[in-house]
Amino acid sequence: MTRENTSFRAGFAVAMSAASLLLSFPAYAQGSGPSVPEPALSAGFRFAENSGEELFANICQGCHMSDGKGATGAGTYPSLAGNSNLEAGGYPVSIVVNGQRGMPPFGAMMSDDQVAAVVNYVRTHFGNRYLDAVTSEDVRAVRR
Amino acid sequence: MQTERAMVTRRDLLALIGAVSGSAAMYHAMTSLGFASDSGYKGPIRLEGDPRGASVLILGAGLAGMTAALELRKAGYDVRVLEFNSRAGGRNWTLRGGDSFTELGGFRQTCEFEQGLYINPGPWRIPYHHRALLDYCKRLGVTLEPFIQLNHNAYLHAAGAFAGVPQRIRDIKTDFQGQVSELLAKATQQGRLDEAVSKEDREILMQALRSWGALDGDYAYKANLISGDFRGYARAPGGGLGAEPVPGEPVDLSEILKSRLWRYLQNFALHTFQATMFQPVGGMDMIGKAFAREVGDLIRYGAKVTRIQQDDRGVTVTYTDPDAPATPRQAKADWCVCTIPLSILSQLPIDVGRRMKAAIDAVPYSASVKIGLQFKRRFWEEDEAIYGGISYTDLPVRQIAYPNTGFNGAGKGVLLGAYLFDGPNAYEFTSMSPVERVARAVEFGARIHPQYRTEYDNGIAVAWHRVPFALGCAGRWTDEARAQHYDNLCQIDGRIVLAGEHASYIPAWQEGAILSSLDAITRLHDRVVKQ
Repeated sequence: MTRENTSFRAGFAVAMSAASLLLSFPAYAQGSGPSVPEPALSAGFRFAENSGEELFANICQGCHMSDGKGATGAGTYPSLAGNSNLEAGGYPVSIVVNGQRGMPPFGAMMSDDQVAAVVNYVRTHFGNRYLDAVTSEDVRAVRR
Repeated sequence: MQTERAMVTRRDLLALIGAVSGSAAMYHAMTSLGFASDSGYKGPIRLEGDPRGASVLILGAGLAGMTAALELRKAGYDVRVLEFNSRAGGRNWTLRGGDSFTELGGFRQTCEFEQGLYINPGPWRIPYHHRALLDYCKRLGVTLEPFIQLNHNAYLHAAGAFAGVPQRIRDIKTDFQGQVSELLAKATQQGRLDEAVSKEDREILMQALRSWGALDGDYAYKANLISGDFRGYARAPGGGLGAEPVPGEPVDLSEILKSRLWRYLQNFALHTFQATMFQPVGGMDMIGKAFAREVGDLIRYGAKVTRIQQDDRGVTVTYTDPDAPATPRQAKADWCVCTIPLSILSQLPIDVGRRMKAAIDAVPYSASVKIGLQFKRRFWEEDEAIYGGISYTDLPVRQIAYPNTGFNGAGKGVLLGAYLFDGPNAYEFTSMSPVERVARAVEFGARIHPQYRTEYDNGIAVAWHRVPFALGCAGRWTDEARAQHYDNLCQIDGRIVLAGEHASYIPAWQEGAILSSLDAITRLHDRVVKQ
């Protein structure tokens, strides 16, 4: 697992250092407070969502939007809808794991299975019809 | 009148110490005299020499861009600035009642805070050692007030510890320190530290542990008036009959360890967060507005840069206006200072060498979410005696920060109800609608302050990946990326130089943006006058 650079001083923030985020969190969902509506949130440094649909809706959607079409401001989040760059499954696998320009790498926060699940979800939704599913072995191969 | 002693300058003194004692001693002396731990700011910049009418186009009117504009105009340059937003400041930004904000994806929020109440979605605090930013605040007339990082009466909270009941910072801090001191004192008495501590130091160490850890005469940390002097009391000393203080029961060390609450104590110990910290009176954007008073006449707003070209004669920047997005316009200059965040710049066609382009492409941008919540009354002060500062929690909201101004006032108040930075929850909150983000911040916060349920009024949420002018919070460098790309990012490439927090070792801090800008224009100016 790629550790966060512990010397990174998050300026706006550092609620806690990246290193301390790696420590196990007591699961807040089991606390004594009132129940929290769905969806559940991840309780540690790794994403808790497992299905491609959940992973997309809770992570990718933040930038690529719920319809997968991305958005444009001073720069653009590319559309994943009907995107021919998704034809070779290894390409989105590599981008999810290692990041791409401003897009953060998710390899340290997702298992091989999770990366494969979300890539397969995107490659079979939003007008994409790529039926050759990627596997967790494909993900392992691109981890640097 | 100066005394003879004061006329020995610090520099002279340092030279003397260096000559006599070597560089380690000199570094130590520098640190204690206050040089080495500052951000490297050397006082107002002096750009000497005649630029002979050279023109500079600055891209971005954030703090880096406006610092460059202010100083380069002063040095005699013909300066223009292109800014995407319809306001100056960039991430130096404050939301107040009546402000509206549309995020990427189209959700539009209007802030409904009472007059005078605000949140700073971006930077919100200034360390005392960020001397460049402090100097510009002084020169531009920005009034500062204290930002309270450590409030001993705020909370530390872990959902899975102490039955979910938040603990006062002073209890955890004092009880942790006291019991660790007691352990060390025991080990010392049993001779277990004999190899590490000289006989002479041992007795002093025992005294120090007793003093620092609030130990009693037997070097024990207990519920008594000694520890009470540090952690407070079950019943505080009062006046008249029945006024005698009653000590509280310390939290057991094992419980503190298992709760992991100790890990938040570093937020009060790190150099970046040490007292004194500051905030501008009235909101962080007072700084951006003060800069804009100086250089606003140079800024063209609503300019979306689409291409950056250069040749040996000059720089040409193509941009569009919001009213005529299909009609590209062009601005030309001899030189360009580009402060566009790398999240955006990496998408633009730009004529720079392979190395700088690789550096521009090498920095991902952090996820961060801030949520401001207005309440009908300042219950944290009225009910819980929390005046300013921050409570930390392992719930997804991570922090609840109390206003550092307007203390003891009647009427409504605004809390920072969530501050997420990287990690899964920051992405998960970014993926929600603003309404859901606020609802969940209220839900989680109510587990620390049950008053949320009855006192909540309204809220606003900013997720930085959805901010149209930034596409992320700040550049997230790794050591590997810095080693490979940082110098290439900062070099002048032909007629283009980059500046901003991303071109600094203080990422995400305003000081990094300003220092980067000062360094960039110093090198640029040097090149211009030597040409």
